[in-house]
Amino acid sequence: MPSLGADMDAGTLVEWLVKPGDHIDRGDIVAVVETQKGAIEIEIFETGTLVGIAVDVGEEVPVGTLLATIDTGDGAVAPPKPAAPAPAEPIPAAAPVVTPPPAVAVPERGARLRVSPAARRKAEALGVDLAGLRGSGPGGAIALRDVEAAAAKRPGPSVKPGLDLAEMRKAVAAAMARAKREIPHYYLGTTIDLTAVTDWLTTTNAERPITGRLLPAVPLLKATALALRESPGLNGLYVDGEFRPSEPVHIGVAIALRGGGLIAPAIHDCDRLRLNDLMSALRDLVGRARTGRIRGSEMSDPTITVTSLGEDEVETLYPVIYPPQVAIVGFGAPADRPWLVDGEVRARRLVNATLAADHRVSDGRRGSRFLKRLDRLLQEPDKL
Amino acid sequence: MTEPEIADLVRRTLFEVAPDLEGEEIEPDTPFRDQFEIDSMDFLNFVTGLAAATGIEVPEADYPQLQSLNDCVAYVSKG
Repeated sequence: MPSLGADMDAGTLVEWLVKPGDHIDRGDIVAVVETQKGAIEIEIFETGTLVGIAVDVGEEVPVGTLLATIDTGDGAVAPPKPAAPAPAEPIPAAAPVVTPPPAVAVPERGARLRVSPAARRKAEALGVDLAGLRGSGPGGAIALRDVEAAAAKRPGPSVKPGLDLAEMRKAVAAAMARAKREIPHYYLGTTIDLTAVTDWLTTTNAERPITGRLLPAVPLLKATALALRESPGLNGLYVDGEFRPSEPVHIGVAIALRGGGLIAPAIHDCDRLRLNDLMSALRDLVGRARTGRIRGSEMSDPTITVTSLGEDEVETLYPVIYPPQVAIVGFGAPADRPWLVDGEVRARRLVNATLAADHRVSDGRRGSRFLKRLDRLLQEPDKL
Repeated sequence: MTEPEIADLVRRTLFEVAPDLEGEEIEPDTPFRDQFEIDSMDFLNFVTGLAAATGIEVPEADYPQLQSLNDCVAYVSKG
């Protein structure tokens, strides 16, 4: 059972996609594991023949447990290498729920109740019994608002055990509590003039069919990745009491899930991707995050995280580092504001960029240089 | 297409982009973003789906005209 992030200490095997005797190639997806962050596809890092399966479907096992054995053809029968080493210090299990959960009978998919999937997920997260609800959606379907109304009427908190948004919240809580406990954060922020980027995007997107258009997040991610190349001490992991810098820039992209989930899987080698490829990767990643089809390597590989609020949100965010990473970059909502250009006040598109970084590894001077580099790169979007 | 047919198409397109919302009722005048935590990627995918289904090549400058169900119906009706 590979570790799919600092906040994971166990996983449940939900599906084997191979059987003993099958030939498997490095990179194949061989199993699906349910974690607190939803279903994760497990890739294999060896080529060979599957000899035996050690964990059955439905079993929950700790990180580091042997899942299966493969014959790599060189005489040795090897357990598959996990995607990442087990965390040096396992995250303590979430505190037991004090209030015993009420008897909750959430019907399985395909049951007769008409429920929107978003409402079903919310009901699972809130421990709401769908069977007792009256739907206000089309054809009497139970909708989000019905679940929320039912949860609001209930006297006390309740939690349904299992894999749902409440579990994901616990995983986020464990990781963020560890971050705040262990990582001496420092914070820097700067206002970046994004007018060049937005003008360039407007011109570029106007020439393109809708399927080829870029989102503002794409130049932001690419500029961040390029600036990190020149910024020691921000891209990498803090493991076993020391910083391990990373040459590749695998940016974890924070993706909010409807109903309250948060996940930050990696786009690999962000600094090397052209903007079109980065856009495709982002589209693919967001889609799979929403449908619960993230790969193990995407969960375990981020070397830094970027979080971006998008339009219509607040201007500034102060993000918390996702351990064992050592930095996180945040972008507030871009907005049109007065700004001095060549001694004159003009309306410009501005964004507040923040950096939270680990003082065990870097200091404010380095962080400041990174943000200045990021700013410079964003003034020449056609070169990204 | 009649307006109800367009509204149906808009609903289907939104649910394709955000399948977890399938079965939700859409308030016709409230922006999708405010009802369902639709982000910029969802919205781009939605507009892409709507363009593919209607054959209308939607320029980026028109995105503000597509914020709610009724917005979309009016926009597609115009052609």
